[in-house]
Amino acid sequence: MEDMLFYDRMQFAFTITFHYLFPQLTMGLSLMIVYFKGKFLKTKLEKYNEAAKFWMRIFALNFAMGVVTGIPMEFQFGTNWAKFSELTGGIIGQTLAMEGMFSFFLESSFLGLFLFGEKLLGHKLHFLTGFLVFLGSWASGFLIIATHSWMQHPVGYEILENGKFVLNNFGALFSNVWLWPSYLHNQAASLVTASFVVAAIGAFYILNNKHSEFGKLFVKTGVVFGLISSVIVAFPTGDMAAKNVVKHQPVTFAAMEGIFETEVGGSEIILIGQPNVLEKKLDNKIAVPNILSFLTYQKWEAEIKGLNEFDEKVYPTNIPGLYYAYHIMVGLGTIFIGLMFLAAIQLFRNKLYKTKWILWSLLFMLPFPYIANTTGWYTAELGRQPWLVYDLLRTAEGASPTVSSGNTLFTLLGFIGLYLLLGLLFLMLVGKIINKGPQIIKH
Amino acid sequence: MELFWYIVLMTMLAVYVILDGYDFGAGIIHLFFAKTEKDKKAITNAIGPFWDANEVWLIAAGGVLFFAFPTLYASSFSGFYLPLIMILWLLIFRAIGLELRGQIHNRMWEAVWDKAFGIASLLLALFFGIALGNVVRGVNLGMVENGISTQEAHYFFLPLWNPTFSPQAQHLGIIDWFTILLGLVAVVALTIHGANWIIFKTNSDLNEKLKKVIFVLSFVLLALSIVTLLVWHIIEPNPFHNFIKNPLLWIFPLITFIGLFGLFKVKSFKKDGLGFLFSSLFLFGGLTSTVASIFPKVLPSTNAVNPSLTLYNVAADSYGLSVGIYWFAIAVVLVGVYMVIQYRVFKGKMDEVGYGEH
Repeated sequence: MEDMLFYDRMQFAFTITFHYLFPQLTMGLSLMIVYFKGKFLKTKLEKYNEAAKFWMRIFALNFAMGVVTGIPMEFQFGTNWAKFSELTGGIIGQTLAMEGMFSFFLESSFLGLFLFGEKLLGHKLHFLTGFLVFLGSWASGFLIIATHSWMQHPVGYEILENGKFVLNNFGALFSNVWLWPSYLHNQAASLVTASFVVAAIGAFYILNNKHSEFGKLFVKTGVVFGLISSVIVAFPTGDMAAKNVVKHQPVTFAAMEGIFETEVGGSEIILIGQPNVLEKKLDNKIAVPNILSFLTYQKWEAEIKGLNEFDEKVYPTNIPGLYYAYHIMVGLGTIFIGLMFLAAIQLFRNKLYKTKWILWSLLFMLPFPYIANTTGWYTAELGRQPWLVYDLLRTAEGASPTVSSGNTLFTLLGFIGLYLLLGLLFLMLVGKIINKGPQIIKH
Repeated sequence: MELFWYIVLMTMLAVYVILDGYDFGAGIIHLFFAKTEKDKKAITNAIGPFWDANEVWLIAAGGVLFFAFPTLYASSFSGFYLPLIMILWLLIFRAIGLELRGQIHNRMWEAVWDKAFGIASLLLALFFGIALGNVVRGVNLGMVENGISTQEAHYFFLPLWNPTFSPQAQHLGIIDWFTILLGLVAVVALTIHGANWIIFKTNSDLNEKLKKVIFVLSFVLLALSIVTLLVWHIIEPNPFHNFIKNPLLWIFPLITFIGLFGLFKVKSFKKDGLGFLFSSLFLFGGLTSTVASIFPKVLPSTNAVNPSLTLYNVAADSYGLSVGIYWFAIAVVLVGVYMVIQYRVFKGKMDEVGYGEH
């Protein structure tokens, strides 16, 4: 039974991690493509249209990957988490069904027009189809995070005698205090990924002295979008999301921050250190006193509850994993703001395209927004464990009762093999598009 | 309320089968009858701008199943675990076959993705037919052994097959001779359907040959349908009791027969869309007749201990189902608008679309 739960969790974790590599780019990138196309409509400068078309090719490939890896997510609620689906389907089924009806139809209907319809539609209508694809993908994110928020902070429900959760307030699903900070935090983070990718490809073109006119446009646009979005990720959205955790999941917050003991006179903020769960302390820590209390409550002396104040039965299942995920996310987020700030100063002084070390940094920063987005989601998900529905339904109670571990391991291995193939194909093809660069293909 | 969502769900499934059905059929035609590069181009152009949106009907129907009938969703998705995951893998292969083929111009690359697209389409058609067969035949709900349930009354698990391949064995499998039969019906019906779509949407050289294929396959489909009807009573001794109780339901089998007999006239149609209309009628009629014959059951029990799952004992709570009507009504209107736009932009023959050329 333990094995079973482990394989179920691994399969979901693996498939969702791989899946989210693609939507995190496409959600942000769709907005940037709409920006390029809009700029073209305004200025009539062909380079903006070419920029939009180049990123559309990257977008199309990512979008296709997002779709094919997304379908298994919806299936897995039923295949691997049948008990969870049965008990909560009346509630989370609402938001998931709405995603299908409102966003997937919108995206799929207009994506084809957006990709193939430029000549057929004219530039203005083409811009509109791009905007609708953007709208669909952001609506999809919204409904997924509404579902996620209900699991983190259940609202508008009652529990029947047979254990089923039933909805009694539809509006509450969307006025959930957990929803808006998480949604905006996530969308800003998606824009961070897109900005860094656009900037990195731009830096590559400049450094490689190939397509460098487009390189400059991409770096400039990436830096402007990147600075704004990486600030928004931290403040106000990240701050608001963290305050939700403090208020509604205090034990999670203690584990995230690595606070084993409540500190009298204010809590320090941990910069580096390894959680030692057995001895309930941090090894090799470097910390700054009182900062955490100030960030959390705007009071230097404020008390933050440590893990010692809670029953071990409600401890997050994987405290070190949660702690690292959170610290990697925050650390990278800080570096993003710093780099984008320096790049923006050089851009303002008209020196960016000659400041080689910043261009190299932008290029090598390419994988890190993906890592930050992924660890951010791990923070949220590991932070919720051992619960599926916070404080109400444990993960162990949600798995499918009749599927054996041998079957789940079989499908997990199959997914690993298949996604490895998909990943290799994706890298090969995206490399080909980048290598060709903009303006090569004339339609 | 449950009945409303049941009709919604069945309608969505029927729309899915008709729309994505022609994509699968086109894939099967692609596998067996497309010899030249021009034939292949014609086929992918005919489905290129549509297949992705067609597949959304499956996802959306899955969403509605989850939301309106969570117990059925949980029970059937976990019980049919392996075939469902395999369907996912096939859907992935089929999609990347279509999307990646045109990315690199190389004969080996194209050959690999052509086969991935064709074989995945064939197997999907077979699997969906088998799935329908499983729902009709029923499953051992509660996994009863010697008269005692070993699981909760609405859960079960089926392996892919049992060594006897009999639909009446004590330990059932997904694949037995009855479900395979329905799988074959699905393959033949969708091949015809896909051929009709290609005739409808292209001016391909292939079209004359496809009309002959449809004509021949219509005899096969008729024969398979008769055999299926004859053996049906082994699964369900009294398959017509719903129709006798409510004679209005005969409309569904009637639609099936109109569709089937229309197909025999394929060579004499003046309008290219007529064949597609008749194969759609056959699919719609076949699916609705099947569903009507087991109504109100949605997953029959093969043991006497646990009751069958019906649309009434698997539905969500009434408040959730009622608020769902509001957003669903808005969404359906929007979906209708998108479809009108999509099919107007890509109306008529599709030979010049250039799908997959990046």
